[in-house]
Amino acid sequence: MADGALQEPILRVQGLKMYFPIYKGILRRQVGEVKAVDDISFEIFEGETLGLVGESGCGKSSAGRAILRLYDVTAGTIKLNGVEIAGMKGDALRRQRPEMQMIFQDPQASLNPRMTVGAIISEPLTEHRKLSKKETLARVFELLDAVGLSRDFVNRFPHEFSGGQRQRIGIARALALNPKFIVCDEPIAALDVSIQAQVVNLLEDLQEKLGLTYLFISHDLSMVRHLATRVAVMYLGKIVELAPRDLLYNDPKHPYTEALLSAVPEADPTAEAGRDRIILEGDVPSPAHPPKGCNFSTRCPKVMDICRLKTPEFKQLDDGRHVACHLMDQ
Amino acid sequence: MPDGAAPILEVSDLKTVFTTRGGEVHAVNAVSFELAPGELLGVVGESGSGKSVTMMSLIGLLPMPPAEIRGGQVLFDGVDILKMTDDELRDVRGSRIGFVFQDPMTSLNPVFTVGFQIMEPLRKHMGMNKKQARARAAELLELVGIPEADARLRDFPHQFSGGMRQRVMIAIALSCDPKVLIADEPTTALDVTIQAQILELVKELRLKLGMAIIWITHDLGVIAGIADRVMVMYGGQVVEQAKVKDLFADPQHPYTRALLETLPSVTGKRSERLKTIEGQPPAIPEQPTSCSFRERCSLAFDRCARENPALYQPQKGHDVACFWDVKTGGPRDG
Repeated sequence: MADGALQEPILRVQGLKMYFPIYKGILRRQVGEVKAVDDISFEIFEGETLGLVGESGCGKSSAGRAILRLYDVTAGTIKLNGVEIAGMKGDALRRQRPEMQMIFQDPQASLNPRMTVGAIISEPLTEHRKLSKKETLARVFELLDAVGLSRDFVNRFPHEFSGGQRQRIGIARALALNPKFIVCDEPIAALDVSIQAQVVNLLEDLQEKLGLTYLFISHDLSMVRHLATRVAVMYLGKIVELAPRDLLYNDPKHPYTEALLSAVPEADPTAEAGRDRIILEGDVPSPAHPPKGCNFSTRCPKVMDICRLKTPEFKQLDDGRHVACHLMDQ
Repeated sequence: MPDGAAPILEVSDLKTVFTTRGGEVHAVNAVSFELAPGELLGVVGESGSGKSVTMMSLIGLLPMPPAEIRGGQVLFDGVDILKMTDDELRDVRGSRIGFVFQDPMTSLNPVFTVGFQIMEPLRKHMGMNKKQARARAAELLELVGIPEADARLRDFPHQFSGGMRQRVMIAIALSCDPKVLIADEPTTALDVTIQAQILELVKELRLKLGMAIIWITHDLGVIAGIADRVMVMYGGQVVEQAKVKDLFADPQHPYTRALLETLPSVTGKRSERLKTIEGQPPAIPEQPTSCSFRERCSLAFDRCARENPALYQPQKGHDVACFWDVKTGGPRDG
């Protein structure tokens, strides 16, 4: 579906920047800013899953939150269903909220411990829809069925559930308003391996049944390979490579993507023994003081002189993918 | 890993029980295993499978109460650790058995310099004076790959990144030349590229120092790349144990098989749909009298509800606790 050139994307992000100010001193003057998301652009088409991967601190969660306008963005445009929401405020923005929802990483922290499951799932309904009590309850039951939880759970509290079940509650809440677009922010990172597969399968079933579009944020590259239609790799606030899934995994072009993929351990001792791993030196620089030129230049095994001077452009290659690297010019 | 050498650590029939307000939790049930000198034993299992509690019990790091060790024997170099006094135990811990914990953010003390924290065990256990300890600490930091080691001894933990902090933790664990290093999810809190650095480092240090390592993790990928032997835990018991190649090539326990099947991969074939293990891990309020995996197992039959399977040995060096024989495709006899 990603290749449909005529298709209008459900989400179009252009030049999105999300800077967080750093205040210091007794007057709390702004002394700098953390460039969590620094000029990223991408599109998501209806019914697809865009995987957004990267290491902690690369800005992938900030990007997801900025797109849902949980933050006031620093710059850029976000078009959801053709409506520009980057600069929206107040009531106008509130009316857009049902279209876009979020599933959070930690189901322990994202569910209010004092609210019953029924209250949690129906909260978006009472906020945004005018439904009678009966209608609301009917919808809650419908949602519980959809995520594979028993209707008897409606009066229970979050602490009575396991991690996987709590994540299902979070998913039911996100679905309550029939959104078209959902940001999944590391929805399986806090779950055990055997439970992860259950939740991922549920997300896939729901996508098929309800025609959902996902932005799937994760650091788990193997799970993203399973789920995503296209994948964007972020490093220090920028997207370094954006490509259809198989292209990215079979033939990564950006040196960072290569290193990232080679670092993932495989559950196969024979393959592991014969693998040539690219070990990156050092750590990710601070996003408050990104290096001059290419952000990856401090750790890149293929670094050239130009990389330390000039920021590479995010350019489309012949095979349709986008890469931000000076190597592509050669 | 020399075959047939006397094990450095021999655990038999270890039982640990927690007493909570909601009743008892039998976290470790009759766990037995051996660790050969220089061997790397991987311990895998989901949260609550008892993998960490087993290792914490055997060196007395659990708060008692609520924990209680109900039985078993832990022979370290021929001496039963469980019978040691607190003072004797303290001597073993940190000097002959080293520890690395999961979270490098919380396992270092934020108010002391890194140098102080590396020097502490050196002065306590090795009887070094300040100058000697300082020199050795710098050496250790260099060993674990921290540049400008001398200067960095004066830094505090918050001045290090996550990966660097884990290196510091490893340096502390190695400070007294331990014979056994217990690493509890040491790379789980780290990013994959940093994890790859740490795994390389551990492989290198093993060759250099020759200690035995117990590596606890839930990540089968990490285990595949680093372990000699693997022990799979479920519901507080060892359900399968084998050499790493045998376990991955020929898993025998339904849980191990299911676990391997649920994993997506970055290089292998991509499956359209993930296999799942339905249900939840069990709570263990009493000594199990049936197989704890029974309710999630597709192969379970009547015997699994009546008896708790002991470890069988279908091949030499490969143990499995299951009544079903995957080779013959039928129940095991005996």
